[in-house]
Amino acid sequence: MSERRYDERLASGQWATGARSLLEKIWQTHVVGSGGGPPWIAIDRIFLHERTGAIALEGLSKRGLPIRGAARTFCTIDHIVDTRPGRTDETLVPGGREFITRTRAAARAAGIRLFDVTDHDQGIVHVIAPELGLALPGLTIVCPDSHTCTQGAVGALAWGIGSTEAEHALATGTLRLGKPPTLRVRFEGRLGAWVGAKDMALELLSRRGAAGGRGKAIEFAGSAVRAFDMEARFTLCNMATEFSGVAGMVGPDDTTFSYLAGRDFAPRGAAWDHALAQWRGLASDEGARFDEEIAIDVDPLAPMVTWGTSPQHAAPVTGTVPDADGSGTTREAHARALEYMGLQAGQALASVRIDAAFIGSCTNGRISDLRSAARVLAGRKIAPGVRALCVPGSSQVKRQAEAEGLDRIFRVAGFEWRESGCSLCFYAGGEDFGVGKRVVSSTNRNFEGRQGPGTRTHIASPATVAASAIRGAIADVRGLEAA
Amino acid sequence: MQPFRRLTAPAAPLLRDNIDTDAIIPSREIKSVSKQGLGIGLFAGWRYRSAVGREPNPEFVLNQARFAGARILLAGDNFGCGSSREQAVWALADQGFQAIIAPSFAPIFHDNCINNGVLALCLPRATVAALADALVTARGEPRLTIDLERQELHAPDGAVIPFHIDADLRLRLLEGLDAIDLSLRRLTGLNAFYERDRRERPWVYL
Repeated sequence: MSERRYDERLASGQWATGARSLLEKIWQTHVVGSGGGPPWIAIDRIFLHERTGAIALEGLSKRGLPIRGAARTFCTIDHIVDTRPGRTDETLVPGGREFITRTRAAARAAGIRLFDVTDHDQGIVHVIAPELGLALPGLTIVCPDSHTCTQGAVGALAWGIGSTEAEHALATGTLRLGKPPTLRVRFEGRLGAWVGAKDMALELLSRRGAAGGRGKAIEFAGSAVRAFDMEARFTLCNMATEFSGVAGMVGPDDTTFSYLAGRDFAPRGAAWDHALAQWRGLASDEGARFDEEIAIDVDPLAPMVTWGTSPQHAAPVTGTVPDADGSGTTREAHARALEYMGLQAGQALASVRIDAAFIGSCTNGRISDLRSAARVLAGRKIAPGVRALCVPGSSQVKRQAEAEGLDRIFRVAGFEWRESGCSLCFYAGGEDFGVGKRVVSSTNRNFEGRQGPGTRTHIASPATVAASAIRGAIADVRGLEAA
Repeated sequence: MQPFRRLTAPAAPLLRDNIDTDAIIPSREIKSVSKQGLGIGLFAGWRYRSAVGREPNPEFVLNQARFAGARILLAGDNFGCGSSREQAVWALADQGFQAIIAPSFAPIFHDNCINNGVLALCLPRATVAALADALVTARGEPRLTIDLERQELHAPDGAVIPFHIDADLRLRLLEGLDAIDLSLRRLTGLNAFYERDRRERPWVYL
């Protein structure tokens, strides 16, 4: 084994010859061992939440297995916790309290830092991890939650796992994983007004389908991604799992580094300088090879909205509900989706009446998302009969929004202003929108029943959600602005 | 974990693409911190007439007499997409399913299956469709045999369909090996890795 320093080896490309991708660089620095199957990959950060955390921790405890690296393991309460003001451990979700209290007890017993219900830094795991500087470039990050891919936007390899895999990572400090094939998606050009990361993700899904990136580590690149701030990059990487990718990632650059500098758990002083020197070599090299490449010109993109029951069922808000041939899916799936959604082929999307609007989630619950929606809502009221909620993605986001007066804009417009958490991104038996109700939502999944039995979900950007709440129907935010 | 070697069992077709884990078990059906007893919530949104009751929906395939005892499920492309919830596999296993056959699986769900000794078997779309037809039209019970040792599937009409599964996964299933036990036994060099990595990337270690 060479005694040369890590950064020298990284710079010289000792581990491989030729140009390497971000994934390859992270991979090569994390292989611990191999033999008879996929290699063991060292895991730098493990996150847990109350929906899957207690099961994993109790599973290990029952087997008498200690946790390896408790100081690098973190837990939050986000999934089941109530988001109504004045919340406690009580929730409307059947059995919800048990998930919270047992996770708390298990985290304490294991010596894991818990961002509890009333913690200053509580929030949705994939919002708080970067916000606190826990997600850093070059790390391997896992969580028993499919949207862990969000965190790859900092230039990390971050992916969602099941409970058993979480137990494996906790007990051994590693996971066994075959190196995923790579896909680079390049978004080139300049986005029009009110078109952003969410619209790009839905465009990609509509073109390639919900299985289009299956099993791949997806690197998002191109001029449109380089121009993005970190929050837009999180949104893009968040949707990688809807594309069936293993991970989403963006090469770290000055945007990444300035976002992370000074965050609570980010390195400081000489440690920061050391880390930064290494991080500067992480981005994919010029000429790095990818197993597959997709290029999308963003200039013509419009705000997108889903019409069906898979994130791939997406179309420009200016368009119509496609017929079976243009739907990118089978005739049966198309018919089934339209029946569930109560829509007909050929119907204009920007006229479909809605009952509710939801802004929040690990996809679009960050401060820039709330600012974007507030710009649309300022000086306006939501349509009569529409129920609208804004649920900040973290307690920090909530405080920041309140400091900027955004909460007042939301409230005056007619939105409920909530505590942070996952809330109605998914229905767990507590609050719901109602059977047959139609919701425009800044979340990530429009599956049958995702937001409640019979509830019809249309996914869109926060700005499109806000515009639709005002109109009382799916709306093109660009038209609203001109009005 | 129970070894999986050879299984002869009734099979049911549910050939929809992109069946997500919210459909396999809706979040509202996960009511306790437990890996057990989740079978009753399996496909709850399709299987019951309403979200609150337990009255079977007669149109749903697993409620039809012919397929009620199925222990093998045939599904469409990208089965198990969406949420990483392992409850989806626990619910399937609790209901008696030991194998799922589909053109493809979502990655997290696939790994969750293997970790619970449930075989996730990929076959070409046309093969899955032909098998589904054969199950519907077969005289007698709609049975399949999956022989993991020989990597062969026996259709109701007697046809033998060879398949391939990753050698390591196959061995784990055949032996019923627990992944954590295996790693704790076999993984060497972790301490050396940490010793070096702490020098090289001290900023990782909090």
